[in-house]
This record gives sequence, C-alpha cells and structure tokens, in this order.
Amino acid sequence: MAARVRALETILTQKGLIEPAAVDAIVDTYETKVGPRNGAKVVARAWCDPGYSDWLKQDATAAIASLGYTGRQGEHMQAVFNTEDAHNLVVCTLCSCYPWSVLGLPPVWYKAPAYRSRAVIDPRGVLEEFGVHLPAQTKIRVWDSTAELRYLVVPMRPTGTEDLSEEELAALVTRDSMIGTGLALEPYQP
Amino acid sequence: MNLRDLLPQADDDRAFAEPWQAQAFALTLALHQKGLFSWSEWAESLSEELKQGGGAEDGSGYYECWLSALEKLLAAKSVATPGDVDALAAAWQRAAHATPHGKPILLENDPQHADWNRAP
Repeated sequence: MAARVRALETILTQKGLIEPAAVDAIVDTYETKVGPRNGAKVVARAWCDPGYSDWLKQDATAAIASLGYTGRQGEHMQAVFNTEDAHNLVVCTLCSCYPWSVLGLPPVWYKAPAYRSRAVIDPRGVLEEFGVHLPAQTKIRVWDSTAELRYLVVPMRPTGTEDLSEEELAALVTRDSMIGTGLALEPYQP
Repeated sequence: MNLRDLLPQADDDRAFAEPWQAQAFALTLALHQKGLFSWSEWAESLSEELKQGGGAEDGSGYYECWLSALEKLLAAKSVATPGDVDALAAAWQRAAHATPHGKPILLENDPQHADWNRAP
C-alpha cells in the first residue's frame, strides 16, 4: 500500500497536480489542528448565546464559519439540536461523510459497515451499545450524511451548569455527543 | 458483528493507523482543491469501493478502499493508468529493498531505475 501511494504521489507531482509540501501540510492539519474541540466550541457558544444558537439553527454553515471553521469540500452543515423529545444520531450509509471541519477525522467505528448499516435499522440498539439509554418516549432521528450536507448534533446542555464559562462548557462536549452516540458529560465527571 | 467489539478502538484518537493512509487522504484533498474532481464524484467513487465489500466489518479496510477509489478515479480522468501505478509501485519497492537501512529511500535507488526512466 505504501509503495502504491508513493507511486501515485510521484506521478501526480511529475504532472504538476500536487506539491508534496502542500500534501504534508494537509496531513499536519488533520493530525494536529482539526479535531472535535472545534465542534465543542460551536456547541458551547450555542448553549451560552441564544442569538448564536438561532443562527446555528438557521444557517449552520455560516454560524460555524464565523468561528473560523470552514469545510474544504464546500459542504453545507446542518446543526440538529437534541431535546427531551428527540435525540439525533448521525451516520453516513454510503461511505463515511463526516463534518471534518468541526470534528476532525471520523473514529474507526463510524467507518465500520456495522455502524453504517445498524444505525439506520436499529438506532436504539446502537445507542444502548454506546451506553446511551434514552427514555422510551424520546424519539430518535437518524441523519444520513452526504458529500454535500453534513450534520452536527448539538447535545442538550447538562443540568447544573448555569455557572460554568463557555470554555468550561466546551470541555463537557465530547466528540461522540456531537455524532449522537453519546451525551454531553455531566460537570462532575472527569 | 457487535459494535461493542469496536468500541475500545473508539478511544484511540489517532486519525490514521499507518502513514500511507494519511498520505492517501491528503493526496485526495489536494487533488480536489486543485479541481481535478468534485467532492460528490469522490464520494461516489469511494462508496462504490466500500459497497463492493472491500471494507472489513470492523472498518479496517477503509483506507484500502480509499486508495483503490482514488486510483480508479485517476484512471477515469486519464491521469494515471493502473499500469503506470503498478510499474512505479514496483520501482519504489525495489528502491526500498536496495536502500541501506537508515538512508532515505529515493526512486533513483531502484536498480532498474535507468530502464524505468527510458520507458515512455
């Protein structure tokens, strides 16, 4: 595999289609600079600022870009808000489209056929396996990402967090809670 | 397969298991930025590979599918034929074998490099 990738890189460089330094810069960006902390900041801002929250609901692409997080694939973002009545779960049944700009690269299980198929067929069962037990009356909405439209789940703000700063709140927002396979952490949890 | 089997890996926050996966990923993004293909074209190519069952149940074959999707897209765009890639990959492998440990691997280290250079 490594030799094939090198071969491709050689051909593409010779043809002037890529510059090795630019390719290295992309690797560096995705390994170190982009990650779920970006999304956590978006969520914490929405929890603290009702105006921002409304904007995120109406036009997530612009609201997220205002914090400096823009997608490279020209994809649109939609924020889906969890409530007492409805929990949101994101999947990509086709491949593994994922909101990279706010969550970084997807975890292994997100790319696994088991998750990609079962999240749609049996979302409640999948959530149970992730340790998320929802009340029976809570509906589960499953959002299937595409190349053009990707989803960010805004988890519910945990109770007892009224006094926390935006930064402290962001620390409670896990990657999984923004995919929908988790909930935001309670403040007393590590 | 039970999703629980995958969860321990969910704590593993490394984006890529091996360096070549990161390279293949970045090549794709760079080519898209260059305008060689649209992201929808790419998603279609990748999902086609994944659908053919190349991806293992645990998601481990994902970047193999990724690479194969990229090669097919490049062939379709007449950028690189499978033959080009095979020949050059073999050259890189020969170069790797011929390079003493600790030295950078260069394509020039391929013993057949002169032949390869003369090839059309």
